[in-house]
Amino acid sequence: MLSRLLSNDLPRSRWLVALLILLFLGLAFAPFLFPGVKALNVAAKVLIFVALVASFDLLLGYTGIVSFAHTMFFGIGAYGVAIALNAAETPSWGAIALGVLGALFVSLVLSLLIGLFSLRVRAIFFAMITLAVASAFLTLASQLSDFTGGEDGLTFRVPELLSPGFSLTEEPLQTPLGEVDLNGRLITYYLIFLAVTAIFLTILRIVNSPFGRVLQAIRENDFRAEALGYRTVVYRTLSNVLSASFATLAGCLLALWLRYNGPDTSLSFEIMLDILLIVVIGGMGTLYGAFIGSVLFVVAQSYLQDLLRMAGSATEGLPLLPALLTPDRWLLWLGVLFVLSVYYFPTGIVGKLRERAALARLKGKP
Amino acid sequence: MKLNADFDWKPLALVPALALLALPAVGSPSTWITLTVAGLAMGMIVFIIASGLTLVFGLMDVLNFGHGVFIALGAFVATTVLASMGSYTTADSLWLNLVALLPAMLVAMAVAGALGWVFERLIIRPVYGMHLKQILITMGGMIIGEEMIKVIWGPEQIALPLPESLRGSFIFGDAAVEKYRLLAVLVGVAVFAAMVWTLNRTKVGLLVRAGVQDREMVESLGYRIRQLFIGVFVVGSALAGLGGVMWGLYQQTVLPQMGAQVNVLIFIVIIIGGLGSTLGALIGALLVGLMANYTGFLMPKVALFSNIALMVAILLWRPQGVYPVTNR
Repeated sequence: MLSRLLSNDLPRSRWLVALLILLFLGLAFAPFLFPGVKALNVAAKVLIFVALVASFDLLLGYTGIVSFAHTMFFGIGAYGVAIALNAAETPSWGAIALGVLGALFVSLVLSLLIGLFSLRVRAIFFAMITLAVASAFLTLASQLSDFTGGEDGLTFRVPELLSPGFSLTEEPLQTPLGEVDLNGRLITYYLIFLAVTAIFLTILRIVNSPFGRVLQAIRENDFRAEALGYRTVVYRTLSNVLSASFATLAGCLLALWLRYNGPDTSLSFEIMLDILLIVVIGGMGTLYGAFIGSVLFVVAQSYLQDLLRMAGSATEGLPLLPALLTPDRWLLWLGVLFVLSVYYFPTGIVGKLRERAALARLKGKP
Repeated sequence: MKLNADFDWKPLALVPALALLALPAVGSPSTWITLTVAGLAMGMIVFIIASGLTLVFGLMDVLNFGHGVFIALGAFVATTVLASMGSYTTADSLWLNLVALLPAMLVAMAVAGALGWVFERLIIRPVYGMHLKQILITMGGMIIGEEMIKVIWGPEQIALPLPESLRGSFIFGDAAVEKYRLLAVLVGVAVFAAMVWTLNRTKVGLLVRAGVQDREMVESLGYRIRQLFIGVFVVGSALAGLGGVMWGLYQQTVLPQMGAQVNVLIFIVIIIGGLGSTLGALIGALLVGLMANYTGFLMPKVALFSNIALMVAILLWRPQGVYPVTNR
């Protein structure tokens, strides 16, 4: 049953299994284990990133093409929901559905066009063209201020059931770890949790299908895959479209959670960088890597910046160091981490753990 | 690139064709001349920046997403050098101004070239031949470089005023031509001429072209292609530094993110030109420059997408770019 659910793609390492179960349970019960607004926000962001990064891994890790337009599709999803709910008189489920479907349609058309144009010729064009298109889209989104709210973004209300004002019980629930409000935020969290689980399992299913095998074959050697009779253009384009669609869904979830959307929250290049880094740290070509990487990264990002601030104030008076250790230079350290992980850690956390497990098995069987 | 009977002139004709096509749309001839000269000048600056990247890609097959860092670095170095030469830039003499500008360019090229050497050793050397990793790792290098610029020069934008005698414009009849743009055209033509001459008329150029064609054969003839590679990368970075100075003076402000912004522009240029082709990069840059100026005048809202539309149109016509470099 479980094996079916995971599409027979088991973690293949005892440590990895333990880590996955731990993180999964942690996220499933996050509102009760870590009461508090910030912790819940971090947990929701982790969930959304799991979906987003898993969809990117489908493209980068499994098909072997680099796209810089992934945040564009993420943003389209977020803007779809934001614009639909902003325009609606009363926030309704119908408006959300309309926003999601509209966003999916836009992403579908756009990703198909980009894919057909750039993947037809050579895969390396794709990285450059997506970069150009994504930067044009970012400018477009901040310029069409009547429609998207410009730089300020859009703030909107969500349906009653999901809004913080809605309560299941009069009194907050008392748990040994603190009190938990059973309100609309909690319901939204679990809605996101279910949606992300569904998205993750669907992508897992896709990469372990015959279609996914072809994608991996293209990644390893596109010439040979073509020679075996697979139309690589079609497969690459399909992979691009699928990945864009899942990113769009993740964007919709983000908008629902934040009840706000602007260029910086969903379209910015920094998010693209975060996604790249998570895929590399977690392990390219394994969806479990996307999961573990997202948890580690988002938690680190949310709490390590404080640490950086402390380090900055501790080194005050020394030359240069404080300038390097401010939270503003967070990106610098991300960049260094990124380069180092591409060099020394190309298979990521999951790859390392699996290597260890495989070695242990070899030693066990003489 | 010899002008013989086989020469493919069609892409070359695109540039005047686009300019003539815009004439009826713009209407007034004097505005058209102003826009065309401005477009050509912008194209020349873009070409200077893109030429380095196209060299690096053509010979080394390295997709350098970090090229923008060298551009930004060149511009920032220029702000420092020009600021330190205060009186020369504000003097009302063209010669004194050029005396200030020349060291700014040279220092910017030297610094960018030196950084290029370090970049090649640290970032690129371990990933030769792996496109996927190259894209990822040069992107990482780009971020580190951009953040280091913020550490050194601060995150705010810095004004980079033009030297006194390069401000203002010449008036030909009704058409105004900015003085600086004429300088940009001169520098651009000089860079193009130097590149074409080096590639086609010198031994180093011969080796570079041979290396593009067949790397192993050149190696087996006893040439150290690795040294050649590093040389090309350093020259490419230095050209980016020069382009950064030109671009910074053109915009009159520099900011740390400018590298990433220009990156998008030069990717479009080298895709149009055919990755690795010098003449192609020139044509791509001129087309992009003209297009940006015409659409900026006619339909400012569309200007954002004009470059992408141009690229799409070219790719529909020639999927490999206008002058595809063979065998890749």
